[in-house]
Amino acid sequence: MNLTLHVWRQKDVATPGKMVRYDAPNVNEHMSFLEMLDVVNEGLILRGEEPIAFEHDCREGICGSCGFMINGIAHGGFKNTTVCQLHMRHFADGDEVYIEPWRATAFPVMKDLIVDRSAFDRIIASGGYVSVSTGSAPDGNALPIRKQDSDLAMDAAACIGCGACVASCPNAAAALFTGAKISHLAHLPQGQPERKERSLRMVRQMNAELFGNCTNIGECEATCPKGIPIEVIASMNGDFLAASWQERPPVEIAGAG
Amino acid sequence: MNLNARIPSGPIEQRWDKARFDLKLVNPANKRKYNVIVVGSGLAGGSAAATLGELGYNVKCFCFQDSPRRAHSIAAQGGINAAKNYQNDGDSVYRLFYDTVKGGDFRARESNVYRLAQVSVSIIDQCVAQGVPFAREYGGLLSNRSFGGAQVSRTFYARGQTGQQLLLGAYQALERQIDAGKVKMLPRTEMLDLIVIDGKARGIVARNLVTGRIDVHMADAVVLATGGYGNVFYLSTNAKGSNTTAIWRAYKRGAAFGNPCYTQIHPTCIPQSGDYQSKLTLMSESLRNDGRIWVPLKKGDTRSADQIPESERDYYLERMYPSFGNLSPRDIASRAAKRVCDEGRGVGPTGLGVYLDFSDAIRRLGQKTIAERYGNLFEIYERITGEDPYTVPMRIYPAVHYTMGGLWVDYHLMSTIPGLFVLGEANFSDHGANRLGASALMQGLSDGYFVIPYTLGNYLASEKFAKVDESHPEAVAALAQTQSLTKQLLAIKGKRTVSSFHRELGKLMWDFCGMARNAQGLEQAAGKIAGLREEFWKNVNVAGEAGDLNQSLESAGRVADFLELGELMCHDARVREESCGGHFREEYQTPDGEAQRNDEQFAHVAAWEYQGPNQKPVRHQEELQFEYVKPVQRSYK
Repeated sequence: MNLTLHVWRQKDVATPGKMVRYDAPNVNEHMSFLEMLDVVNEGLILRGEEPIAFEHDCREGICGSCGFMINGIAHGGFKNTTVCQLHMRHFADGDEVYIEPWRATAFPVMKDLIVDRSAFDRIIASGGYVSVSTGSAPDGNALPIRKQDSDLAMDAAACIGCGACVASCPNAAAALFTGAKISHLAHLPQGQPERKERSLRMVRQMNAELFGNCTNIGECEATCPKGIPIEVIASMNGDFLAASWQERPPVEIAGAG
Repeated sequence: MNLNARIPSGPIEQRWDKARFDLKLVNPANKRKYNVIVVGSGLAGGSAAATLGELGYNVKCFCFQDSPRRAHSIAAQGGINAAKNYQNDGDSVYRLFYDTVKGGDFRARESNVYRLAQVSVSIIDQCVAQGVPFAREYGGLLSNRSFGGAQVSRTFYARGQTGQQLLLGAYQALERQIDAGKVKMLPRTEMLDLIVIDGKARGIVARNLVTGRIDVHMADAVVLATGGYGNVFYLSTNAKGSNTTAIWRAYKRGAAFGNPCYTQIHPTCIPQSGDYQSKLTLMSESLRNDGRIWVPLKKGDTRSADQIPESERDYYLERMYPSFGNLSPRDIASRAAKRVCDEGRGVGPTGLGVYLDFSDAIRRLGQKTIAERYGNLFEIYERITGEDPYTVPMRIYPAVHYTMGGLWVDYHLMSTIPGLFVLGEANFSDHGANRLGASALMQGLSDGYFVIPYTLGNYLASEKFAKVDESHPEAVAALAQTQSLTKQLLAIKGKRTVSSFHRELGKLMWDFCGMARNAQGLEQAAGKIAGLREEFWKNVNVAGEAGDLNQSLESAGRVADFLELGELMCHDARVREESCGGHFREEYQTPDGEAQRNDEQFAHVAAWEYQGPNQKPVRHQEELQFEYVKPVQRSYK
């Protein structure tokens, strides 16, 4: 099949970008979307042009590196599918395909389809962990965990941090991402001691990164390639609210008596 | 070259304890005076950087991805081994040790493997405490599954995403240290050279992949945890970015390269579908717990799987290896698949495929149970092939998956360059000539969480460090050399793309240094690779500029290194005149086609020493002692 691509090209974060039209001839239906772009790029290099920069690594839908908008939908809009797993049999001869980077204030475009998602790392660094230094753990079976809770934790933990939720949200909110980590740890006994502080710190960091607010539109859940349920946002809000009620200013360093 | 492995004396059960007592300690107040560089943020690097940060060292951690959470450990599906014996089925530290030495075809160092088995139990505890959501039974306790090469259930798993969950555990621990200011993370930064001063590793040269700026970073010790080099084959199950550059450039600075030819070909991958293919996708070995592998009895049988009656199917692994059956180790299962396909009994459009059939298991356990165990793997398969494995058997074929070879390290995980430590898949140490399933995650975390914190401290406490900074002549020279290499790549402006060279190299490697090798083919391939390398430096076309985010340039540097490594792998495979584990030399096989080791001449590690550009490297040997597990012909029959 032959396709026409319209691709966002941008030299770097400071230079304005634009859509550029490319032909993608002889596309094989068994190719993945990224393999189709590989072939287009080979042609560009041989013509002395710069190839289209896009992020990718594992190409099996788990590392979370890849992702862009295809015809306005994050990852192309196939259920539980990242662009690296999207195969060309879903396209037809003569299709025009519009490819654009994730768009959000918190995700500046670095080049072409590559955006800076380091805000996600900072959200995790603000509290998305259990504070347990190496060596201080009890036996793995010392703490039985109800299977249903463990499964719910796993559902939330499946997030790959690709950023599709932010890109597809009209508010560019990161609530699904942040909620997924808060919910993962909130379902486990290991996550309880820091549960309140975690939700306060992570939500505040999320806001500081200039992600928008969640207004329960649900686009995030619809495009999430790992099927993270929107309940995690409710769980985050619940934890944040409860923690906010009880929040007290930190006790000043106590003197004697 | 000094290949002293520094193995502690005494009974094997006590060696690690003894070492931990003998190893010098760094006073808690002094730890912050030491700077440590960790390159790589996967299970080994991420866990090492986090743990060293917790201890109080100043750590700089580098990765080429946009975030440490993306390292390729994330793609590991099946699980992680640990000798917990929670199933009461006869497991023990000694049995895990025994299975790993035997599985490695008696080419691993016993003491390292024993330590790995010992610390495996602490890894599970640590990960559970971090909140890794391992699979559980209804009683709330941890669940196990079995894996190839073992007759006990000792594999812990988190659906088909075990690597992801373990990596996120390490990543979260790392982010905690970043927040605490103990680890400075440099993502999108690629190591391009090692700085050696007065014989010690003292820093690295690294390129910022966004701005193109190349800088020197100095430290008191350097830890490489940069993964394997399976992408030398172009098509492999590795992530596209996985590369050999960090360890290769360390090799060129004097670190010995151990057993480069040991490559693991994983039996269960989705077969290649066309020339445009950019990578191969693994289907976890855990599928072999419930899937049965078969091909038609008759050659050239083109009927669809459901039209072939039971009596005309050959469940060849169950037939050839009745006691291990479909759970035979990877090297054995891969070679068996190659053999039946070479006989003309392969399935699928290319004839390079065998069936992995779940219909019996679905009948026995129900689709729901199978979906619970392997749901996401079935989804991956369906997405790639467009076929539904609940109704049509999967088609699988072996593919390059893991490299057991890597930089030579001693018991302390230190290379032949003092102060250069190598962890995880990047080193050669624990898997011998074949790695058992679910052992890579175990090794990465063992090295990072539980070994390096002790051995690195010992090194720092034992040595005196001269004050050096970026202006040291060695650092300035390494920086200039890296900058000129970058300029050179961009200046060639030839007629072929980087990936066309990479594909050609990969095909040579797969044809001549893949699942079956012979002397003539290996010599031929080494010569062709040298020729290809020469052409690369005259005719490659690298697009873009040096001072920019430039993916062509990144990949050109990596392929340039693969073009050198490939030749070394062929030499190593040529000189090792025996078959062992994943290294199968056609000239050395038993009458029934199994690998024929030669313990008299080859019970050693080959450690290669670099001699300069286009000079033949020198081969050194570390003799392996088998005091506990006596080498026998491996049998899984």
